[in-house]
This record gives sequence, structure tokens and C-alpha cells, in this order.
Amino acid sequence: MARLIRTEKEVEGRYTEQWVVVEEDPLDRWPEGPLEVVGRPAARVDGLQRARGEARYTADLALPGMLHAAVLRSPHAHARVRRLDLAPALEAPGVRAAVGPGDCSVLVEEAGYQGAPVAAVAADTFSEAQAALARIRVEWEVLERLLDPEEAVARGELIEEASRYERGDVERGLAGADVLVEAEYRTATVLHNALETHQAVCEWEGDGLTVYVSTQWIWGVRKDVAKRLGLPPDKVRVVCEYMGGGFGAKNDPGDHTYVAAELARRTGRPVRCALTRREENLASGNRHATVQRLRAGAKADGTLTALEGEFTMAVGWDGFVSSTAGPMKMLYGCENVRTVELGAKLTTGPNDAFRAPGFVEGTFGLECLLDELAAKLELDPLVLRRRNGAEADPVNGRPFSAKNLAECYRRAEPHWARREAVRARSEGPWRRGVGLASQIWYGGGGPPSYAWVRVGSDGRASVLTAMQDIGTGTRTAMAQIAAEELGLPLERVSVSLGDSSRGPYAAISAGSSTTPSMGPAVRAAAADAARQIVEIAAQRFEVEQRVLSLRGGRLVSEDGASWALEDVTGLLEDGQILGKGSRGPNPTGMRVLTFGVQVAEVAVDVETGEVRVERIAAIHDVGRVVNPLGASSQVEGGIIQGIGHTLSEQRLLDPGSGRALTVTLDAYKLPTIADVPEIVTDLLDVPDAHLTSLGSKGLGEPPIIPTAAAITNAIRDATGADVRSLPITREEMLRALREARERAFAL
Amino acid sequence: MRPLTELLVNGGRHEVNGSVLTTLAEALRGHLGLTGTKVACGEGHCGACTVLLDGEPALSCITLVEAVGEREVTTIEGLRDHPLVEAFVRADAVQCGFCTPGQIVSAAALVRELPNPTREQVRHAMAGNLCRCGTYPKIEEAISTWQG
Repeated sequence: MARLIRTEKEVEGRYTEQWVVVEEDPLDRWPEGPLEVVGRPAARVDGLQRARGEARYTADLALPGMLHAAVLRSPHAHARVRRLDLAPALEAPGVRAAVGPGDCSVLVEEAGYQGAPVAAVAADTFSEAQAALARIRVEWEVLERLLDPEEAVARGELIEEASRYERGDVERGLAGADVLVEAEYRTATVLHNALETHQAVCEWEGDGLTVYVSTQWIWGVRKDVAKRLGLPPDKVRVVCEYMGGGFGAKNDPGDHTYVAAELARRTGRPVRCALTRREENLASGNRHATVQRLRAGAKADGTLTALEGEFTMAVGWDGFVSSTAGPMKMLYGCENVRTVELGAKLTTGPNDAFRAPGFVEGTFGLECLLDELAAKLELDPLVLRRRNGAEADPVNGRPFSAKNLAECYRRAEPHWARREAVRARSEGPWRRGVGLASQIWYGGGGPPSYAWVRVGSDGRASVLTAMQDIGTGTRTAMAQIAAEELGLPLERVSVSLGDSSRGPYAAISAGSSTTPSMGPAVRAAAADAARQIVEIAAQRFEVEQRVLSLRGGRLVSEDGASWALEDVTGLLEDGQILGKGSRGPNPTGMRVLTFGVQVAEVAVDVETGEVRVERIAAIHDVGRVVNPLGASSQVEGGIIQGIGHTLSEQRLLDPGSGRALTVTLDAYKLPTIADVPEIVTDLLDVPDAHLTSLGSKGLGEPPIIPTAAAITNAIRDATGADVRSLPITREEMLRALREARERAFAL
Repeated sequence: MRPLTELLVNGGRHEVNGSVLTTLAEALRGHLGLTGTKVACGEGHCGACTVLLDGEPALSCITLVEAVGEREVTTIEGLRDHPLVEAFVRADAVQCGFCTPGQIVSAAALVRELPNPTREQVRHAMAGNLCRCGTYPKIEEAISTWQG
């Protein structure tokens, strides 16, 4: 019988209570370590399609009769449309429809940032649509700009009420400290820049709408589009089989989807609305800049007595306040903590989730502060961190479902021990050093999520679920899990995903949740199919069910007899075995979190301010690792994005006009292959004993979290300079070096 | 529209229609249906649209069809059986995959010139192909093991 229970659900640290139905028959836990398929390196099951250019992305879709939309966007950081005349655009060659404010809910009269969508045109070709935009007559009333987050806070311009947190007695903790450190850290606004820009193709068929969209959440798009357009959700089909990257910015349908849907409705033709790279860098989200004023107090032995932080976030015209204070609240067992988070409302593009939003920024501040504290205490930074470990969640006292941070630190020791040798390699202007930083984040996933497994008479299995693979390799991980449970080699399992009409509900691919949410559902579905196969075989071969198991594509009896799987399923001819599975709840009353530590080695040219990252060792605890090969790619990818955030990436605004200066990929500096250091990945691969039948957590976000602080701390080790602002441009590096020299001189 | 020009693509001849402003990427993707060539920035900054012109890497998003002339165009579709494809898959040098065809095309030009490139040569030749997922270490591995 299905049981209805109330459970807690978490996405990127935001907790909600919800009802969930739990199926019976909990599965045995798989043993630790590599199994037959799970835990062993697997090349991507869709690697060939992607590598050969055969995979069809939203960007590649061309439907018969399809029109192309172009969007008129505000050239001003803040302005109101006084008058707008679409008529001349409608007369332009190839144009089939034009819409403005009032025609489509995402088109606005008051543009709160450069790039806000105001009007749109659909034409036979994209260049015709673009050309027609120039004919739209707009009279703008330019309004006041607000670009500085601290000024916004001073004026009370907040996105939402300030979020305050306090435990213990911070004043007493500071008063009782032997050593105090205080510093201001800053991080820049950075841009996602997934290589496939935000885009959708919308097509109406009767009273139903099909949305082909580059998305991290098929079901979220289905729900939001249905709601906003007043359709029953089953009349909205959402398709995304291959997806060209998201990193958090593609959780929602986005303005482009609604523009395409409205223009498709008006023209009766499919309409593509795809952002150009420049639009992408104006209007598709960002990681908000932060200003962090932090304080820490500690006893002489390194025991933290107080942590205090004021975090100001440059959220933008809209968006959400990321939990930048999260690491300060959760990472260390400090008794006295006080934080305030202030989200500034600005006339800049709305922020959006970006790979561990808030924790990337907050970990930079906190973990640099800890090293400044260690320096003042003359204590080894690793010792300082070990001294302040939290045994339970310091916020609510709940036990961790699993926490192996101490083991991560132990495995970090050989990397940490390289510092003498690394420093000794300093020569000429190049100074070398080593730094580390810890990581805490969510990543437990949760219900609901469903999967089906179909086994045909040929003994091949298909996993069906309407999830998405945003490039992380979840298609492969799901195939591995099903193959393991069915005792099949990986090549006999296929995965069908990416279409809301072709499988059951599946979770969002955000918050490092896809594998921990979907994996247990896939395993349960495969187990259901396996159980049916055993039941059928027991009847056919007149043996007891309990002596049969599925291994190596065969049904194997305890007495050594065995039959090929297709000899059983083949009995059914065109019949099929259908297994179904769902994701159960997370453990009640526990905190499911991921942990890790990274050790960075850098070289700094103290004459020019150039910084080179030479090596990063990443040790993370994310529970069971399904695919070690894909997992190492996730770690490398997170670290490389982290290096970009640390050294080169920032959205620059012209302070006069509020217009962005970094909308192209030559101005906005993404890391290239030449910027990549040696990366050593070490995943603990210990299943979380309290979390699902799989014991796996997510890995998308943890690796980007500690990278900036580890690099910055290595720079301090190399040079004695306290870098406090990201990205570490040469100007910032030289400023920090100058400050360090003046400090040394004053002593 | 009059036929604009003839293109020699992956060993076959094709007539392409369009204006004088039609880019090679538009012609390949839109007119010839060769969507393996991706366009990610449209202005020559990211390398996703890389094709070969007589074996030399070129950015098809900023190359006009008219400028191609008699040079033979090779796209990822023309390299589908190149050992690099298998090497990229084997090394997991594919995450979202949107940049991957361009990476492989650039790598194919490199290994034709230098079958055993050094790490520095790989980094130099591949620095124009951006990958936001950060598959770079695996790309290096794929190129250094492309011969199996």
C-alpha cells in the first residue's frame, strides 16, 4: 500500500514541507565500493551523438514553417516607454507579427535594466526579424539609475526584507577572544555563459502547446507555462533531449519562451526565440556581486568564539537573495554567530541561480577570513579548521546524515604537506605557495521523482523518465543504476528522457539533486522489473523465487543453473515487463549535506601581479559515486569555472550609463584550456547510510565552492598579501602586495 | 533567390542560396542541414562553429559563404569516423557537448599537422575553443590518446 507522509524538501538550501507518497518494499543497500556497473568508470552513453554533432539541441531544431523572433530590449538601465509604435515593423519584409507591452506578460513598459524585453517581432528569418526591430518607434523616458548595492542599501532599496540570523552571544564571544580579525571581501557579478544560449521553439497544435526549450527542468517549464497561459498542464508538452549547459540560469521558462508562445499563437506557426550571445549577457541572469564585512574572534588555541557577517548582494531589478551567509552559519561549530543578508534592488539585470549560489561567494569570504585568523594566531590553517569542526548542524542541532569532512582533511594532508617544496620553487619575481579551503553545501535531492523501466523480449531494458541531462552525465548514471539492479551490462540499457509526454515526473537539475533524486527512483523501477522477471522465471522453470538472481544478463540459480534473460522475457514475444519506481523521502530530522576541501598551489609574479594556478587537489564527500569518470569531469568543470570567477570573470558596467561593457566573449573572460592547472580529484565514495537505497549525493556544485578561497589563501602563503576582492586582476594583486609591503615596513 | 554560390562540403557539391551576407555557418546549418556545426557567440570569439577550409580551421560564423570560393569545407559530419571522435568519448571530453564538434574539428587540424602534439602545442592550438563546462583536462587527454 502506498503510504502518505509529510517530509522536508530542500533545493539549494531552501527548505519546504510537503506530502509525499512512499511505496512499500524498501530495497537493500548495495555494498560500499565499486559494484558490477555502478562505481565503475563509464563513457557517456550519449557521448557519440554529442561528439559527432548528431545530438539535436533546441538550437538545432527547425520545424516546418517555423518563424524567428527578435526581441527589442531597453538600451537604458532604467526607462519607461512613453510611446511605442509597432506598425512600421509590421510592414517590414518577412514580418508576420509584432507584440509589445500588454500583448505578452513578459514585455514591460518600465524597463528596470539594460536588456529588459519591451517588444518582439516574428519574421521568416532571424535577420528579417532583427532588421524589423529597428523600425519600431519608441519614445523613452529615461529614469534614475541605481547601480551601487551599498548605496541601494543605504536608501532602503531592498529586494526583500533583510534576513537576520543570530545564535549565542556575539558580543560576549568577541569580548572573550584572544585574537580578532576583521575584513571586507568583495566578489564581482559573473555571467553563466552556457554555450547554448537561452532559447525556445513554441508550437501550438489545437489547444495544446509544445515547448522545445533549453532547460534544467522540463516539469517546471510545464507547470509555469500552463499556469501563466491558463492551460491545463497536460496540454503543455515540454521537450529537451540535449541541452547545451545551464549552470543555474535555465531553471525557469524565461521571457523567450513566453515571447515565442505568444508569437506562435498569433501567427499559427512555430516560432523560435533564441537569445544572441550579447542578449544572453544582458538579460539571462547572473551571479550577483557581494560585499561582505566579516569579523571573527578566537581563543589562542584557535577555538572560534564569534563569527559575524554583514552581506550585501547586488541582486538587480529582480531575482533572489542567495544565502551568502550560509557557510558562516553552517561550516564551523562556533557558538556565537550573527549574520545579516541584504539584497540590493538595482537597475541591473536580475540575478539567477549560478552553481551553488551564495555559497561560492560566502565561502570565499569566510575561508579567507579563517586564514587571516590563522596567520594572526600563528596556527596552521588546517589545524584551525579541524579545531572548529561541527558535530551536528550548528543552526538547528540536527545530526548530519553523514559527515566525513575529517576524512577529507586527512586525505588532504599529503597535498598540504607539499607547501615547503612548493615555496622552495619560488624564483625571481615568481613566488609560490599553497592554500586550502573547506566546502559545505546541500546536494541530497528529494522526492517526488518517478521512473519506469521497460524490459523487452530481447532482454534489453529502457529507463523512461521525463528528466533532463544538462550535460552532467545523468543519462549515463541512470543507465548504470538500472543495469546494476537488472544484472545487465551497460550496453543493454538505454535511457529515454527529455520529453514530458514520454515519462513520469522528474526533479529539477539544480542544487546538485539530479542523481540523488532520480537515482533511487530508477533503481526502484529496475528492482520492480527484476522482481517480475524472477517471478516469471520461477514459474517457467519451476524453481523457488528466492534462489534466483539476475547477473551478467542471466538468471542464475543458487544451484548453479542459469538461463539467458531473453529466454525468460522471450516467452512474452511482444509483451513487456514494466517496472515502476519512485523516490522516497529524505531521513527525518537529519541534515543531508556535502563536504570537501581543496588545496591550491599558485605562482604569483610580484612585479606584474600575474597569478597562475598550478595545481588543485579536490577531496569531496558526496556519498556513493555512480560514475567515477563522469564525476571527475564534474569536479574539473567546477574548479575551472571557479578559477574563472577567481582570476578573470566579471561583468563590468559603465558607471555613467549603467550599460554593460562585457557582453561578448572577447570582453568577458572565460577560462581557456591554457588556464587549466593540474587537477587531482579524490572522492571518498562512501554511501550515505541514511540517504535512500543509493546513498548518493549530488556533485554538480560542491567543487566550485572552495576554489576561490583556496587560490586566494595560496596567494597569501606565497606573498603575504591579503587579496580581498574577486576577480584577482593584476591591479588587485598589486594593491594587495603594496599593502603587505607597507604593513611589513610599519612593523 | 538566385543561387549564391557553390560549396564543396565533405566531398559533395551544393548550391547555396542567400544574400551576400550569408555566413558559412548559416549556410551549413540552415541550408544544408548540417547542424553539427554549432553557433554559440556568432562573432568569432568562442570556436564552437569551427570548420576546416582546405584543412585549415576557420570560424564559420564570421566567414561569408561568398568568401569560401573553391576551398573544400569539412564539418564535424565529415569527421564522424575520425579516431578523435572515439577518443573524446572515451576520455569523457564531452559534457553538455555544445562546443564538442568545434573542439574535434580544431583537434583534427592539429593532429594532421602534429600527430603527437606536446601539451603546450595542444594548449596553443585549442585555446580558441571555449568550453564553459570545463572539459579541458579531458580534451587534453583525448588529443594525447587519439591514436588509441
